[in-house]
Amino acid sequence: MKALSKKNIIKITALVLMLVIVNLLIHNGTIDSYIELNLVLIGINIILAVSLNLIVGFTGLFSLGHAAFMSIGAYTSAVLTRNFASPFLVAILVSGIVASLAGILIGIPTLRLKGDYLAIATLGFGEIVRVLALNYDYIGGAIGFNDIPQHTNWTYLFMMVVLTVVLIDNFIKSSHGRACISIRENEIASEAMGINTTFYKVLAFAIGAFFAGIAGSLYANYFYFIKPDSFGFMKSIDILVMVVFGGLGSIPGAIIGALSLTVISTLLQSIPDLRMVIYAVILFLIMIYRPQGLMGDTEFRLLKKKEVKHNVSSKGE
Amino acid sequence: MEFVIQQLINGISLGSIYALIALGYTMVYGIINLINFAHGEIYMMGAFVGYALTTFLGLGFIPSLIISMITCSILGMVVEKVAYKPLRGSSRISLLITAIAVSLFLQYIMVYFVGPETRTFPQVVESTKIMLFDGSVVLDIRNVYILAITVILMILLQYIVRKTKTGKAMRAVAQDKDAAELMGISVDKVISVTFAIGSALAGAAGVLVGIYYNTINPLMGSGPGLKAFVAAVLGGIGLIPGALLGGFSLGLIETIVSAYGGSIYKDAVAFAILIVVLLVKPAGLLGKDVKEKV
Repeated sequence: MKALSKKNIIKITALVLMLVIVNLLIHNGTIDSYIELNLVLIGINIILAVSLNLIVGFTGLFSLGHAAFMSIGAYTSAVLTRNFASPFLVAILVSGIVASLAGILIGIPTLRLKGDYLAIATLGFGEIVRVLALNYDYIGGAIGFNDIPQHTNWTYLFMMVVLTVVLIDNFIKSSHGRACISIRENEIASEAMGINTTFYKVLAFAIGAFFAGIAGSLYANYFYFIKPDSFGFMKSIDILVMVVFGGLGSIPGAIIGALSLTVISTLLQSIPDLRMVIYAVILFLIMIYRPQGLMGDTEFRLLKKKEVKHNVSSKGE
Repeated sequence: MEFVIQQLINGISLGSIYALIALGYTMVYGIINLINFAHGEIYMMGAFVGYALTTFLGLGFIPSLIISMITCSILGMVVEKVAYKPLRGSSRISLLITAIAVSLFLQYIMVYFVGPETRTFPQVVESTKIMLFDGSVVLDIRNVYILAITVILMILLQYIVRKTKTGKAMRAVAQDKDAAELMGISVDKVISVTFAIGSALAGAAGVLVGIYYNTINPLMGSGPGLKAFVAAVLGGIGLIPGALLGGFSLGLIETIVSAYGGSIYKDAVAFAILIVVLLVKPAGLLGKDVKEKV
C-alpha cells in the first residue's frame, strides 16, 4: 500500500476541493448561517456516530453513555477556551484526551460486564456525569456555561470529521481493529486465540471517547452555550439511533445515519407540536422494516453473524 | 430517632412505587430479555387515566385504581402486539430502540393531546395525619394506603406466578422459551399476559403517585421509569423478589440521601450504587451467577 497511490491522490484532492469550495460558498453567502449551522450539526453527529460505531458496531460493546464523553469534551474545551484563552487546536486535543481518560477510567471496571448490564452501567455513568455537571458551580451548574468563544468553523469541522473517519477506518483495518471485531463475533474464541480482550475493549472505548470528546469541543465552541441537559440520556440514544439506522459495523452507514437523522430532525422542526411523535414513528418504522440498518453490513457477513449469535445464545441459556 | 423513623416512612412509600414499576420491568425482561423503556410511560398513562376518572367522572379511589390498572394492561398488550411482536428475533439493539420509540411516542402524543403542563391530582383520599411520638413523626394515611395496596398486589402477583397455570407457563417461558413451546405452551399468549400484568402494576403505581404527590404531567414517566429499572437491576433483573428488594432499598436510599442534605445528588447516588453493585455482583443482589458455557 503506497501512501501516494493514484487513488489516494484523487481522494485527497476531492477532500481539499470540498473544503475550499464550501468555505468559498460560506464566504460569498450562498450557504447562509442556517445551512452552515446544519452542516456543523451534521459534522458533529458524524464524528459521534462513527466513534460510537467503533464501540457498539465493531467491538460489540453496548454503550448508552456516549453523550457523557461528549459532555466531558465540551466542558473541557469551554473552560480552556474561555477561562484560559488557550488556542482552539490545543483545546480540541485536550478535550479528546480528557474524554478518553474518562473512558479508560469507567471502562476498566465496567467492561467486565456484558450485554445489557454494560448498557445499564454506561447509562448510569452518563447520568452521574450529568448530575455532577448540574451541581458543579465552576462550570455553571444547571444554568449552563455561557460566552464560550466561537472558534468552530467549516475548516476545523471538516478536518476533524475527515480525521475521525480516516483514523477509525484505518484502526478497523489494522490488526488491532480485527482483534476488536473478533471480540464482537465471539469473545471466548478470541480470548482463546490469545487476544487480550480486556485491553482491546478498553482501547476501543478510549478511542471512541476521544472522538466523542472532540465532537463535544466542536459543539461547545460553535454554540457559545452548553448546559448539562443537552448531553443527557436522550442524546446518547440519538447517537445510538444514528449508528443503528446506518448499520452497525459500517462506517459509511454511520455517516449516512448521522446525515439523514440530522436532516430529518431539522425538517421536523417546522412542525414543533408533532416533531417528537413523528420522530418516534420514523424510528419505529426503521426498526420494523430495516432492523439491520440502511447499509447493513455486507450481506454475507450479516448471515454469518446471525448464525454465530444464534449458537451462542442457544448455548448460553 | 424520630427523624430516622420519619424518613423510613417516606422511603417505604417511595420504595413501594419503585417496586411496583420495577416488577413490570423485571417480568418483561425475564421473559423476552427486553429493557422495556416504554414501561415508565405506561405508568404515566396510569396516572392520567386515574386523573381523568377521579376528576371528570368523580369516581372514588378504589374504582379508579382498578379501572386504571385494566386500561394500562390493555395498553401494555397493545404496545407489545404492535411494536415488539414484529421484531421478535431481531437484534437486542433494534428492540431497545423500538422500546425508546414507543416511549417517545406515548410521551409526546400525551403532550400533544393534554398539553405539557403539570396538573393537580384531586384529593380522593383525605389526607389524615396520624401523629406518632408526640407529633414528631407524621404518618399520613396515604402512606398506609400505598404500602397496603403494594402488599396486596404483591401477594396477588405471587399467587398468580406460583399457583396458577398461567404463572407456571410464565416461569417455563422465562426458563427456556423453545422447550416451553415444545410442551404446548403458547409463548405469544404468555408474553401478552406478562405485559398485561406488568402494565397493570405500573398503572397502579401511577394512580398511587397521583394520590401521594398530587401532581402529574406527561413527562413524569421517564425519571421514575429509569429509577425503577435501576431498582430491578439492583435486586437482580428477572427476579420478582429482586424487584421488591431493589425498589424498597432504592426508595430508602434516596430518601436518606435527600434527608441528609444531598438531594441534588440523589440521582447520581442511585446510579453510583447501581454501578458498584453490578461490579461486585453482576447479576444483582439476589441474582445467581450463571457460568458461561463454551
